[in-house]
Amino acid sequence: MAGYYHSHDLARFPEIGSNAPDLAKKFFDWYGAVFADGALSAREKSLIALAVAHAVQCPYCIDAYSKDALEKGADLDQMTEAVHVAAAIRGGASLVHGIQMRNQATAVGM
Amino acid sequence: MIPLAAVTEHRAQLAALPLPREFHEAAAAAGWWPLRPAAITTLQINVGKLCNQTCRHCHVDAGPDRREVMSRETMTLCLDALARADDITTVDITGGAPELNPNFRWLVERAIELGRHVMDRCNLTVLMTAGQADLPEFFARHRVEVVASLPHYRATSTDTQRGAGVYEKSIHALKRLNAVGYGDSRSGLRLVLVTNPVGAFLPPAQGSLEAEWKRELLRLHGIRFDALYCITNMPISRYLAWLGESGNLERYMQRLVDSFNPATVDGVMCRSLISVGWDGQLYDCDFNQMLDLPVERSAPGHLRDFDLAALARRRIAVGRHCFGCTAGAGSSCGGSIE
Repeated sequence: MAGYYHSHDLARFPEIGSNAPDLAKKFFDWYGAVFADGALSAREKSLIALAVAHAVQCPYCIDAYSKDALEKGADLDQMTEAVHVAAAIRGGASLVHGIQMRNQATAVGM
Repeated sequence: MIPLAAVTEHRAQLAALPLPREFHEAAAAAGWWPLRPAAITTLQINVGKLCNQTCRHCHVDAGPDRREVMSRETMTLCLDALARADDITTVDITGGAPELNPNFRWLVERAIELGRHVMDRCNLTVLMTAGQADLPEFFARHRVEVVASLPHYRATSTDTQRGAGVYEKSIHALKRLNAVGYGDSRSGLRLVLVTNPVGAFLPPAQGSLEAEWKRELLRLHGIRFDALYCITNMPISRYLAWLGESGNLERYMQRLVDSFNPATVDGVMCRSLISVGWDGQLYDCDFNQMLDLPVERSAPGHLRDFDLAALARRRIAVGRHCFGCTAGAGSSCGGSIE
């Protein structure tokens, strides 16, 4: 294996249905429905997806939803703020565990 | 006009791309070949390439240094043609910045006298140029529909596409238009905003975006407008050059071809308008005009010979750029087609 994460593999995503077509169809149908205009607009959902893509650090998703957010009418300022939301939650998630650390330190410390 | 060498180069650049099919093949497969007009209801008059802006996506290559400006004599030919063509109900004036043509207001007044609905494709910042301060009142007095360009309701993308400081001036211009009644549904003075993508991608879904734009422009600036048109950038002139320089050309054209939507062909603008160049030449659309593709030879080629019945029988000239009008939800002078 020469390496992981090739950008051209993103377009091959449908191949995941080769060995479990019924499951893949359910996934892609559901996926499409999730991103349609609803109580949230397609643009808002695209910005959420962009933030989540950064939280789960998926390069395919980052490529896909950077373009998608632009196509849905978001601008770079809005997209950057979405990434900050992801970063804030990730950072906050680490920091809030500091309370767990403090609980343990208090329990065993003098 | 754009130097002929540049037009030839642009056409060659598009022709050299390895695309899976040609537009006429896609149209034929969808049952639309040869492509012919429906009812022709609009005369779109390009009154010149002079503009106070130099936008990066401009298919006209318009700017402050352009000298191609329609004369009053040619405008008179436009009005003569209108007087003989009752079926043409709308006059769509474009440029450049059409208001910078010294005879712009004269043309508007004469077209209104002929009982036509007049639309002006306005870049907004022209309202801030010398001698144009009273344009909002002029538009309102003659009930001109203002179709104004604004890439985004926020500054970043707007200034990226149209130049530093354009957003602030555009917002100021929109407030002035609102002040004379534009955007207020009770006044009947229609204000439409037009957005083009700021990059190598297709425009957003028009319906969904319009609600957001109305909410945000009202929240941010207290601005109201009637409708939002989302228009695809055409691979012509300055935008074509940018696509090439940025390495996006082949991918963008492939995207347009892959996104061909047969349901949009019925509503493409070339089926319902005649495009007039600054020198009186006739074209199927403003894009063909900029590629120097005139109406087919059997049809009248100049305003002097204007004959609506003969033009209605013509075959429309197409090329690879036409995939821009049929991609996704489609794109016309009135925004998305679907």
